[in-house]
Amino acid sequence: MTEASETLKTTPLHSLHLELKGKMVPFAGYDMPVQYPLGILKEHQHTRAKAGLFDVSHMGQVRLTGEDPAAALESLVPGDIKGLARGRMRYTLFLNEQGGILDDLMVTNAGDHLFLVVNAARKDHDVAHMRERLKGKAEVELLDDLALMALQGPEAAAVLGRFIPEAATMKFMSYLPATFNGIPVIITRSGYTGEDGYEISCDKSDAETIARALLAEDEVEAIGLGARDSLRLEAGLCLYGHDIDETTTPVEAGLEWALSKRRREEGGFPGYAIIKDQLANGAPRRRVGLQPEGRQPAREHTDVCDADGHKIGEVTSGGFGPTASAPVAMGYVDRAHAAVGTPVQLMVRGKPLAAKVAAMPFVPQRYYRG
Amino acid sequence: MTIKYTKDHEWVRVEGDVGTVGVSDHAQHQLGDVVFVELPEVGRQLAQGKEAAVVESVKAASDVFAPVSGEVIEANADLENDPSLVNAGAETTGWFFKLRLSNPSELDGLMGEAAYKAFVEGQA
Repeated sequence: MTEASETLKTTPLHSLHLELKGKMVPFAGYDMPVQYPLGILKEHQHTRAKAGLFDVSHMGQVRLTGEDPAAALESLVPGDIKGLARGRMRYTLFLNEQGGILDDLMVTNAGDHLFLVVNAARKDHDVAHMRERLKGKAEVELLDDLALMALQGPEAAAVLGRFIPEAATMKFMSYLPATFNGIPVIITRSGYTGEDGYEISCDKSDAETIARALLAEDEVEAIGLGARDSLRLEAGLCLYGHDIDETTTPVEAGLEWALSKRRREEGGFPGYAIIKDQLANGAPRRRVGLQPEGRQPAREHTDVCDADGHKIGEVTSGGFGPTASAPVAMGYVDRAHAAVGTPVQLMVRGKPLAAKVAAMPFVPQRYYRG
Repeated sequence: MTIKYTKDHEWVRVEGDVGTVGVSDHAQHQLGDVVFVELPEVGRQLAQGKEAAVVESVKAASDVFAPVSGEVIEANADLENDPSLVNAGAETTGWFFKLRLSNPSELDGLMGEAAYKAFVEGQA
C-alpha cells in the first residue's frame, strides 16, 4: 500500500487523517482516507442519522472573472448561468462537441466572479479547457490555496449553526461568505450524500482548526471516501468517470434537469444538435437504477442482460446500500428496457442475478427546503 | 485438532478428515463490513488454492480460496441471514464451509498459528 505514496499529493487535513487512523488509499492522485476505524457501514449510517465531516480538498476550486464570466461559461455548459441570482449555485456539465460529458461541476454566482467546484481528477483538464476556450473572455484561476470540507447529515445545520448562526436558515443551493470562530470561510448549502448539509471552503492553513472544531461536536464523525461513495450511490448521484464520461450525453445520463429551458431553446453550447435531437426523440440508452433481488451486490462493469440473456447494458456503479439495507446499482440499458420495473439479469461471476430497473434515488433525498 | 492458515488469509481447522474453513480475523479487519458471502454448494469438489467462495464488503468483492482440496459437505447457512458474523467471529461462528479432505498431506504446506501471526506482522 505504500508503493506510490511518494508521488501522491496530500490535502491540508492529511496529518489529521493519519491521527484519526484513516485507512489511506490513492484517489485522483491524492492520498485520501477511504475509511476510519468506525468502518464504511457505520460511517454511512452515522451520516444519515447525525452528521459526517468529509475532506474534499482534493476537488478543484476555481474562480472565473472577466467582463461577463456567466456568458463566457455558457459557451461550454448547458446550464442557465446568466440567470443565476447572486449567491445562488447550480449543477452543470462541461460538454464536448458530441454532447459527451467532460466533467460535472457546481457553479456559484459570487457577485464579482463565478465560483466553480470541479472533480479532483478533472481539475487540470477543466482549467486548461476553460483557459483555451474562454481566452480573452474570462480569467481562470485555480484556487489551490484553499481547502474544502463537507458537513453532511440531518444534524449538519444544528452543528454549523453553533458557529455560523446564518447557516441554519440558508436556502438549499445557496452561498454565503461568513466567519467560523473568526476565520473567513465560504459556505454553500449543498453536498453529495442526498442529505442536508454544507460545503465549507477556507484557506488551507485554517482547515485543520475548523475540522477539529467540528469533530469536537457530539454529532460529528469523520467520514471517508468509501461511505461518500455508498451515500451518493443510494442518493442516485453520478460519479464522474464511472456513471458519466465523454461517451455519455446528459440525456442518456438522465440529467435533463441540468439542461435549462432557455438553453434548450437557444443552444449555444457544445453538442447542442445531438442533445436537441435526443431531447425530442429519446436517447438510444438511459442511465437507470438497478435493484438486485436478494443480498448479493452487482459491481461496476457487470453486464446487464434481458430475460433472454442478450446484453442490453452495463452496471456503472454498484454495491451494498447500508441505508437501503440491500444491494443497489446504477448503469446504462438500451432504451427499450429502461422503464422502471423492467426485469433484467445481472451477470455476476458468470451467473445471472435477477434484478429490476428501479427508480432512483434508492433512499429519499432530504435537502433543506426552508 | 489443528488450525492452519494460508498466505491468502484463509484458515482450516481439521478434526479427523473434516476441515472447517473460514477467513482469518486479520482478513476480516482488512475487508471491513461484510455484506454478502457466496458459499460453495454441498458436493462440489474444491482444489487447493482455487476459488471456493466470495466475500463482499460494502466496497468490494474478494475471492476466498480453498486452503486444502476436498468435497464440500456443509456450508454455513447462518451467513446468508447474517453476513456480519464474518466480522464478529471470523475464526469461530463466521466459518464458511466444511469439506472432507482428499489430500491431508496438503496441510503440511500451510502455516501454524505462530507462523501465520509472524507472516501478518511481516506484511504490515
